[in-house]
Amino acid sequence: MSGIAQQGSQPAGDLVKIRGLSKWFPLTKGFLEQLHFEGGKLVRKRESVKAINGVDLDVKRGEALCVVGESGCGKSTVARVVMGLLEPTAGSIEYDGQRIDDLSAERLMPYRRRMQMIFQNPYASLNPRLTVKQALEEPMRFHNPGIGNGELKDKVQDVMDSVGVDPSWRERFPHEFSGGQRQRVSIARALMVDPEFIVADEPISALDVSIQAQVLNLMMDAMEQRNLTYMFITHDLSVVEHFGTRVAVMYLGSLCELAPTRTLFETPRHPYTKALISAIPKLNRDRPAHIKLIGEVPTPIDLPSGCFFHNRCVYANDRCRVEKPELHSVDGGCRVACHGVQEGRVD
Amino acid sequence: MALLEVRGLEVRFPMRQGELTALRDVSFSLDKGERLGIVGESGAGKSVAAFAILNLISRPGYISNGEIIFEGSDLAKMNARQLRSIRGNRINMIFQDPMMTLNPVLTIGTQMIECLRTHMNMSAGQAREKAIDKLRQVQIPSPEERIDQYPHELSGGMRQRVVIAIALLTDPSVIIADEPTTALDVTIQAEIMELLLALCENSDVALMLITHDLGVVSQVTQRTVVMYAGRVVEEGPTRQIIENARHPYTHGLIAALPERTNPGMRLNQIPGVMPSLAAIPPGCSFHPRCEHAMDVCRSELPDYVMDGGFRVACHWVAHREQQP
Amino acid sequence: MTRYWHLFKDSALLYSFGRDKVAMASFSVLLLLVLLSFSSPLIAPFDPYDPAGIDIMDSDIPPSWQEEGDPRFTLGTDAQGRDMLSTMLYGTRISITIGFFAVLLQSVLGILLGLAAGYYGGRIDAFLMRLADIQLSFSTLMVAIVVLAVFQASFGTELYNDLAIFMLILVIGIAEWPQYARTVRASVLAEKKKEYVDAVRVIGLGSRRIMLRHILPNTLSPILVISTVQVANAIMSEAALSFLGLGMPVNKPSLGSLINSGFEYILSGSWWITAFPAAILIILVLVINLLGDWLRDVLNPKLYKD
Repeated sequence: MSGIAQQGSQPAGDLVKIRGLSKWFPLTKGFLEQLHFEGGKLVRKRESVKAINGVDLDVKRGEALCVVGESGCGKSTVARVVMGLLEPTAGSIEYDGQRIDDLSAERLMPYRRRMQMIFQNPYASLNPRLTVKQALEEPMRFHNPGIGNGELKDKVQDVMDSVGVDPSWRERFPHEFSGGQRQRVSIARALMVDPEFIVADEPISALDVSIQAQVLNLMMDAMEQRNLTYMFITHDLSVVEHFGTRVAVMYLGSLCELAPTRTLFETPRHPYTKALISAIPKLNRDRPAHIKLIGEVPTPIDLPSGCFFHNRCVYANDRCRVEKPELHSVDGGCRVACHGVQEGRVD
Repeated sequence: MALLEVRGLEVRFPMRQGELTALRDVSFSLDKGERLGIVGESGAGKSVAAFAILNLISRPGYISNGEIIFEGSDLAKMNARQLRSIRGNRINMIFQDPMMTLNPVLTIGTQMIECLRTHMNMSAGQAREKAIDKLRQVQIPSPEERIDQYPHELSGGMRQRVVIAIALLTDPSVIIADEPTTALDVTIQAEIMELLLALCENSDVALMLITHDLGVVSQVTQRTVVMYAGRVVEEGPTRQIIENARHPYTHGLIAALPERTNPGMRLNQIPGVMPSLAAIPPGCSFHPRCEHAMDVCRSELPDYVMDGGFRVACHWVAHREQQP
Repeated sequence: MTRYWHLFKDSALLYSFGRDKVAMASFSVLLLLVLLSFSSPLIAPFDPYDPAGIDIMDSDIPPSWQEEGDPRFTLGTDAQGRDMLSTMLYGTRISITIGFFAVLLQSVLGILLGLAAGYYGGRIDAFLMRLADIQLSFSTLMVAIVVLAVFQASFGTELYNDLAIFMLILVIGIAEWPQYARTVRASVLAEKKKEYVDAVRVIGLGSRRIMLRHILPNTLSPILVISTVQVANAIMSEAALSFLGLGMPVNKPSLGSLINSGFEYILSGSWWITAFPAAILIILVLVINLLGDWLRDVLNPKLYKD
């Protein structure tokens, strides 16, 4: 029962390097709708949802990096870009020293089996027409075309055992399983190819409380037994506090703060992180005691100038309204993107 | 006397495989101005209970037994017209999705005024005044302008505020909130919960908060009912339930929360899953997952025992009580 | 395999079928028609394709229960002296065959193009869907009439008569692919967003395999529903073309050409030559449509989950 947060025996180094990553989704409109009259001239204006705006992030070998933020902050988009499900608009992704975001499908293949993904919705992430056995065999067969049936069967059995799904259920279809069991099957599918890096996109948020604990434990066990590296996307800060080695807080597609978990929860620096942490409903508090934010989240179509958070921040001044803050290091291994913290205005 | 008292409520759904009993012998009461939490995992029957109180069980489900006494009369026996004078008037409901309450093609003002004029016999001018007043109460900035907006022009948090304002319009004595913040972000959830709490305290409205989130329950409610597989397994003062739950299920549920374990350590999980209503085990429905299960748990449905301020349905607790 | 059988046995489809009297009745009638018509060489009293067995002297005999009826011909004979019952059995077989194979062709074309349009999106989608729009703006009958008339004129009636059944399948099959393509595209767009598709993309599977193995099986329900309706439509189209003289030739009549051939005599009192095949046609199309309605109700997830 060794802890994750304390795990430091792994060879350090960056497994994944994300540099200057941006992802904009064009709002699909017809050509005529893009035309606008401006100052007597006809101009073509294309709008996009700016889901990620210049994110630099490293995932260290052997850690569980949690990416947190509220809905629409771009955390899931980061996960999908890293996995190659979406093409980045700008920026690069390096995996183990090799840039992977511009590789062809064929040259990406060796990396496919080293990185896997676990999805949020256990009801949509398994193909309803495939049995558990078929779903689990597929990645293995695909990446090892010569594999024998006996070996494959043993592997399915092993992995099903290790995620706590009775191997005798291998002929069943997903609809015969509960949500928690489906999520175990999803995890099993990811583990079939023995990956080293797993991106988990809100893997427990669709599950019931007692099942959340089971799945989290399973993920922690798998991490320990298989030397996995996680990138864990979630909105649930209490899970982050428990699970993460480091935490990256996102707001409107950019990073606010990046810090070791304990440091972040003990001394949050960024005003947004502070509000976020204070809003976690804790059992030992009798009344809600959270830091109030002013205003509302701006739309990612028209991003505010300067610091994206300035219209909701009580510390915002003129500099915040004009100049976008960069991540800068503060003591305790934290990196914060806030002029106020840098200038000492925010304690 | 309690404002709302539910006694021995049983709800059944006829299905292919036979009748499913979604609620079994559910009893609880709600006093004036009291805040009651109903906690359970999905499928535990907590939403069914809320719908049953307003006699809104969707067909083919029906209330097969029990009484729902509200201000002295039994809602389970009322006809549609009598129910309408209570529902949306004396008892109001807030849903997880604000769009279940809001009509997307009408401005929020139209909807609020319509509601007021149906139930309160007001002139249009008066109704608008009151609607604006309620919007102000739920801290919507510049309510005079917001009232003429359509639901899609508001953010998720704002919509839920509007829904709360609508629920408060007729000055009800009970508000039933079914997972009101589950779809919202943490920061907005905290704001809405604080608002709901303040409103209930200020206007002496009773709140029935249905949720799976123990953190929310602990911050807002005074008493908690815990449900499992269609039955109430434990009831007691919220603070004491959180700190010292009697029923092994409640205990396990609270212990499973990440904040109850040191960071990085394995969580205390309850093994197994909640049985589906079609396959509820005999005896205590929790026994296959319970570490304290005894022989009697496998065969007999536990009766309620009173233990301090608690009401618990557990053989093991009853057994412990008897020991000197 | 037994596992699939159990799944089928416990399925909502079978359960709902067992409780729906209309569906059961329709299915029984359809099954009866299919069985009778496909065993026509065995059970039909005469062989209408054998000119030696036809006697012109037997022409225009009314059904046997009428005064001038002949006990040999239960449902009477047509103008050429063929036994109506036998001719109709053979004709029904032709109609059902054409309906089935035309729909098979439609579905193969439509599913492939619909899958490609939905999965790849963008220009491929725009091109295929505009093509479908153009195809749909010509009515099936108009296309068929033009094609068949041109074929008949250029290759002669004899060759046409030999190839009629294939021509009809081809023309009806090609004219109606957009129905399938649109339905399939819509479900592919819905399925494509689901996480299981992302999951197989993460594994690295190619798009063809994702489309055929993962997405296609999940779009089968709507395909099944429109297939039933399309079979009925194809049978109707064939009947209409035959009625116009562009379908099956007189010596190998389908239900439509039978109705047509009797139509000339209806005013002279020989109602049975038209009425019996028309009744069979109506019943056939009706039961298929009723089954289609039932399937749609059962498989429509929105109606089904409530």
